[in-house]
Amino acid sequence: MIGYFLVGAAFGAILMEAEAISWFRIQEMFRFDAFHMYGIMGAAVAVAAGSLLVIKRLGLRGADGQPLGLPPKRLGSGLRYVVGGSIFGVGLALTGACPGPLVALVAGGVPVMLAALVSALVGTWVYGLLRPRLPH
Amino acid sequence: MPHPLPWYIAGPLIGLVVPALLLLGNKAFGISSNFRDICAAVAPAGIEFFGHDWKKTGSWNLVFLSGLFVGAMIAAAVAPPPVQISAHTVDALRAIGVHDFSGLAPHDVFAWSSLLTLRGFLCIIVGGFLVGFGTAYAGGCTSGHAIAGLADGQLPSLLAVIGFFAGGLATTFLLLPRIL
Repeated sequence: MIGYFLVGAAFGAILMEAEAISWFRIQEMFRFDAFHMYGIMGAAVAVAAGSLLVIKRLGLRGADGQPLGLPPKRLGSGLRYVVGGSIFGVGLALTGACPGPLVALVAGGVPVMLAALVSALVGTWVYGLLRPRLPH
Repeated sequence: MPHPLPWYIAGPLIGLVVPALLLLGNKAFGISSNFRDICAAVAPAGIEFFGHDWKKTGSWNLVFLSGLFVGAMIAAAVAPPPVQISAHTVDALRAIGVHDFSGLAPHDVFAWSSLLTLRGFLCIIVGGFLVGFGTAYAGGCTSGHAIAGLADGQLPSLLAVIGFFAGGLATTFLLLPRIL
């Protein structure tokens, strides 16, 4: 468990120092005024993709014998991804933060984000409540 | 420490979180699952979505999230980021009513005293709610879809990222100018 804590701590520190948790940086991104956030996302995806390929090539397995890899997401109608994604996009531009950054902001300088974080938990809870009636 | 930490350092390091979690215990990078697990722990209320064994599936992720909290806190204390954004964005934001560019987020909006103003309520409370609702509906957020999912070549993640942008752009150019 200490491993997860340390990787999480490194992730939190990088998010802070790269200013990826800043509302201003998110605005800069959505206004296409800087390459910074696109560079971060692009490089992260490239390195993660390369690592996944290497892991697959080497046929690495976990302690339980299962091959290491990400579980595939079910496509279904695809609606949940487009609609849910768009709803999250609105929240992202309003708060200037994704779920991880919400937590990092509470830790590192914008305490009122605690209210946004609690509200996000309520949002997830309401989704759970409405889930049987929503198209997926 | 240069600010911001350049994208060509921050990006690859963030990308390495994906294989690190796989090597540590075959875990999938994804922050928003924590919201579901916290709901399951605090208020399952008999709802099927929260009926899973969160301790078994999500303990590692809550530990990861507490690491994120501590890491961000230490980084902010040791080397607080100044956030110097592009002059073009500053002008555009000033034109729609943002005047304080000193912190990580505009103090005119993101302060306890603005919670009961319309723009504070919309940006903090409604925005937070939509982050929690939307990521649960989409089955992931930036980490799970835009980083891990895209890197794994998963079509659902591409759809989700298109959605993130559609919602974000509409909000930036249509909604924010009216509420800030």
